[in-house]
Amino acid sequence: MSGPLLQVRGLAKRYGARLACDGVGFALHPGEVLAVVGESGSGKSTLLGLIAGEIAADAGSVTYRMRDGVARDLAALGPAERRALMRTDWGFVRQDATLGLRMAVSAGGNVGERLMGVGERHYGRIRATALDWLARVEIAADRVDEPPSRFSGGMRQRLQIARNLVTAPRLVLMDEPTSGLDVSVQARLLDTIRGLVAELGLAVIIVTHDLAVARLLSHRILVMRGGRVIETGLTDQVLDDPQAPYTQLLVASVLAA
Amino acid sequence: MSAAAPLPEPGYNFAYLDEGTKRMIRRAILKAIAIPGYQVPFASREMPMPYGWGTGGVQVTAAVLGRSDVLKVIDQGADDTTNAVSIRRFFGRTAGVATTTHTSEATLIQTRHRIPETPLSEGQILVYQVPIPEPLRFLEPRETETRQLHALAEYGLMHVKLYEDIARHGHIATTYAYPVEVAGRYVMDPSPTPKFDNPKMDGCPALQLFGAGREKRIYAVPPHTRVRSLDFEDHPFRIQSFDRPCALCGAEAVYLDEVVLDDRGGRMFVCSDTDHCEGRRAEGHTGEMAE
Repeated sequence: MSGPLLQVRGLAKRYGARLACDGVGFALHPGEVLAVVGESGSGKSTLLGLIAGEIAADAGSVTYRMRDGVARDLAALGPAERRALMRTDWGFVRQDATLGLRMAVSAGGNVGERLMGVGERHYGRIRATALDWLARVEIAADRVDEPPSRFSGGMRQRLQIARNLVTAPRLVLMDEPTSGLDVSVQARLLDTIRGLVAELGLAVIIVTHDLAVARLLSHRILVMRGGRVIETGLTDQVLDDPQAPYTQLLVASVLAA
Repeated sequence: MSAAAPLPEPGYNFAYLDEGTKRMIRRAILKAIAIPGYQVPFASREMPMPYGWGTGGVQVTAAVLGRSDVLKVIDQGADDTTNAVSIRRFFGRTAGVATTTHTSEATLIQTRHRIPETPLSEGQILVYQVPIPEPLRFLEPRETETRQLHALAEYGLMHVKLYEDIARHGHIATTYAYPVEVAGRYVMDPSPTPKFDNPKMDGCPALQLFGAGREKRIYAVPPHTRVRSLDFEDHPFRIQSFDRPCALCGAEAVYLDEVVLDDRGGRMFVCSDTDHCEGRRAEGHTGEMAE
């Protein structure tokens, strides 16, 4: 164990006069689940985009410890290295599954794409791995040749997870993976995610506006508002004893079922 | 059908295009040859024919055609279909070059959808008409993204297409425009030739040029270049095979067209390459339906 997996320092992004992200920094260790919570427009998704390098940062740095143990500044990686990293060691589960999946390609092809991307050229093995992963996210084997356009919202998110985890990444970014799903589907999906995270020892950054999701999945919480981190700490500590007035408001505004 | 009109039409530059345009196209061709399989953008001109009829191929041909060239034009293997006849006559009238239907006599062959059965030789140029030059187009519609994928040689996506074929049909069902890897680097669309012709591209002694007029791209395979059809280890690339010889000339291991003879199920299978078929019949070979 040699320091954090991911080190984020002073990330900032400005859209015109508006600050979407202002001096955000944190460290993420292997196997750790960090929830980023806050209301809509608080800069959560921008933060995820900045970390993934999909949005160019105005200031700050993201350092990642590669598989060889060397921590590297992601901004200094070439495009080929960065893309290779994204499709092998990282995963990105998107809020809108149509952006994270190939909707016209079968479920098996969706899961197999990353394998083929890293040079797997044996159809039988690709298919066996795809079937194995579909089973792990509880998608029936007989749906393997159907495109996700015929899947329900919950199944699409499951498929996205399988597609991302097939190359055994060490870090997965999740942007509101459960939003728009009804509660029972949400509960099953969260169960799946929790099981896989524990089993594979994944480090996860999960963006959510749902405190229950944060409570269930995360070890630590980062509360954002107006692009700034206003409170951070262990999940139970932040949710049970919020210090910042905004966090207190946030926690108090959850309806008890 | 050799030696067409002796003089080009008055008022036209040799081979229709002006010399400045030819230079622009030749520069694109040189770059394409230097980077085998790479799609070079070029300033495609309006040609006096509709898109889809070979505007790209015609411009490439016009740019490389010389006065001493002998031109052959084929469409689906045939020398006598509308497209082939029109383009051959076009260059007969605007360049006054000799034309032929014999593959071995031609120095320049413009083709749509076939590679001649007669092996090509050094010094010959084969010009392909290409409708869609981007092999990744139907999987990734964004041109900005496909350029990235080519630049970084990220071709996993191409195998996704082959995977989908096997998942749906049990085998690789792509039969034409079958993707190839050129010189171990770029993945290329060989134009809608049947995959039967893919092996002919590998190590071919002739220069192969590809022109896409509507999409404004030129690419090339230099002579003696490795061209490998993509496949899976457990689903290797295979060409089509036919269970009978040509009904006219008896040729085997050639690409056959099915011709419907009547409305009672009568049909025959004949060489798609008309020149090859005629040549064999002239040598005395006959098939079961030769009269």
